[in-house]
Amino acid sequence: MAAVPAEEVAVEVVDLGETRLRDLNQRLHDISSAPGPRAWRVLNPNGAHALACGIDADIEVEIEGHVGYYCAGMNKRATVRVHGNAGPGLAENMMSGKVIVDGNASQSAGATGRGGLLVVHGDASARCGISMKGIDIVVGGSVGHLSAFMAQTGCLVVCGDAGDALGDSIYEARLYVRGDVAGPGADCVEKELREEHAAQLAGLLDVAGIDANPTEFRRYGSARSLYNFKIDNAGAY
Amino acid sequence: MCGIVGLFAKSAEVEDRLGEHLAAMLAQMSDRGPDSAGVAVYRNPAPSGSSKLTLYSADPSEDWVAVARALSNALGGSPEPAVRASHAVVVVETDALDAESWVRSNRPDLRVMSAGSVIEIYKETGLPHEFVAQFGIADFEGTHALGHTRMATESRVTTAGSHPFSTGFDLCLVHNGSLSNHNRLRENLRHEDIEFQTENDTEVAAGYLSWRMREGASLEEALEGCLDDLDGFYTFAVGTADGFAVLRDPIACKPAVLAETDDWVAMGSEWRAIAVLPGAAEAEMWEPEPGVVYVWEKTKV
Repeated sequence: MAAVPAEEVAVEVVDLGETRLRDLNQRLHDISSAPGPRAWRVLNPNGAHALACGIDADIEVEIEGHVGYYCAGMNKRATVRVHGNAGPGLAENMMSGKVIVDGNASQSAGATGRGGLLVVHGDASARCGISMKGIDIVVGGSVGHLSAFMAQTGCLVVCGDAGDALGDSIYEARLYVRGDVAGPGADCVEKELREEHAAQLAGLLDVAGIDANPTEFRRYGSARSLYNFKIDNAGAY
Repeated sequence: MCGIVGLFAKSAEVEDRLGEHLAAMLAQMSDRGPDSAGVAVYRNPAPSGSSKLTLYSADPSEDWVAVARALSNALGGSPEPAVRASHAVVVVETDALDAESWVRSNRPDLRVMSAGSVIEIYKETGLPHEFVAQFGIADFEGTHALGHTRMATESRVTTAGSHPFSTGFDLCLVHNGSLSNHNRLRENLRHEDIEFQTENDTEVAAGYLSWRMREGASLEEALEGCLDDLDGFYTFAVGTADGFAVLRDPIACKPAVLAETDDWVAMGSEWRAIAVLPGAAEAEMWEPEPGVVYVWEKTKV
């Protein structure tokens, strides 16, 4: 899609103080099969649940305020920005596109995500990137316990600290942490941060718009000892 | 599920309209708890040497004037009960311990919802907005309040099984979550002479806090004890005469949001409960850490 000068993009403004959430979501869904506005601005979200869920279109949605559970879940292609904080299950099962939160995100941000980029400029809470399957997540602050639990692929970048049991039972996801790790989970180990990792990390930080030096991060990943059940590992399950 | 709200006024304007704000917060939590609702409001301190009780009667035609007269004849105090739906508040010229034991001996059919000098607890089955209308919650002024909307899981939907639960004089507990070791713990606490009136898990948590504080623990110590002795999921909010405290279990299964402005401190299961407060958009907002006790008190703010 050719870049369009900003002044030519008409912004569709929807005030959730007046419009029903379901009507807004329906209009956002309709764009996947019919022409519609490419730029949206949502006012007064006031913690609404499932806001901007299930979009499948090359559109931009700016949300002015805090959102509740499951914002931008299952997102495909769209860019959704939250100028506030997000509740549990942000961008759950995202397929592609971008979800950007200026503030903090509650637990299970980016859970099971298959693709796309999730950026949380503040802190994310517990279980960030749980069961991630290809999504890239960049957190400007810290993440809570059990983040990247059973993470399969994709990257989790944490510019602050990580809580307890980081990457517990991890498969092939890459975890980059700049601050302290309260404790790696079962089968999660620190690994060498080689040039290719630093390059990948630099790219992720750049696209997330976060200024941080890739060499200050440490890389964590799977020790690959829990892939198959071994009786010697019974205590770790 | 279940929804929890808490509001602590830092300005006279918020104190004057405490009930109105509390009612709006409860309404937002209706989806999380449509089975019953309840509030603890801290207001109208009883005169020195007096105490007040919130009483509940299952009999809709209860003669509250007669109840209050009997109480004042026995213990002194105001014979005028303040009646709200199935509840009535009575002020007596004695301490809360004597007043509560008089009710237990003389009117065992009544339930003491709360006892102390400032607390009033009201709770009832039904949808939160019905509860709010029935009890005139929006009329209350006060210093701080907690509220709860219940989605029942492990025990019956009854008035007694609704929250808040009294945990001692001027103390109460609301809970989002479920406890898995409450049966054993209830038996252990019965051996410590803590009484239980329901099969509800939260009543056990309330009894646990009462017991710990009776044995000399501070509120913070009693709450920290929960981390070792309670098994299950919980976000707790505890009301005290001067403020309230919040604790989430170490796994933090149940949500909680805290927010603060120059005029108030609020907690809610979700942001939407807080978004209805004046100035919410500019509030400082954060999620309480798992396993950490947060306390606000009049003297500390």
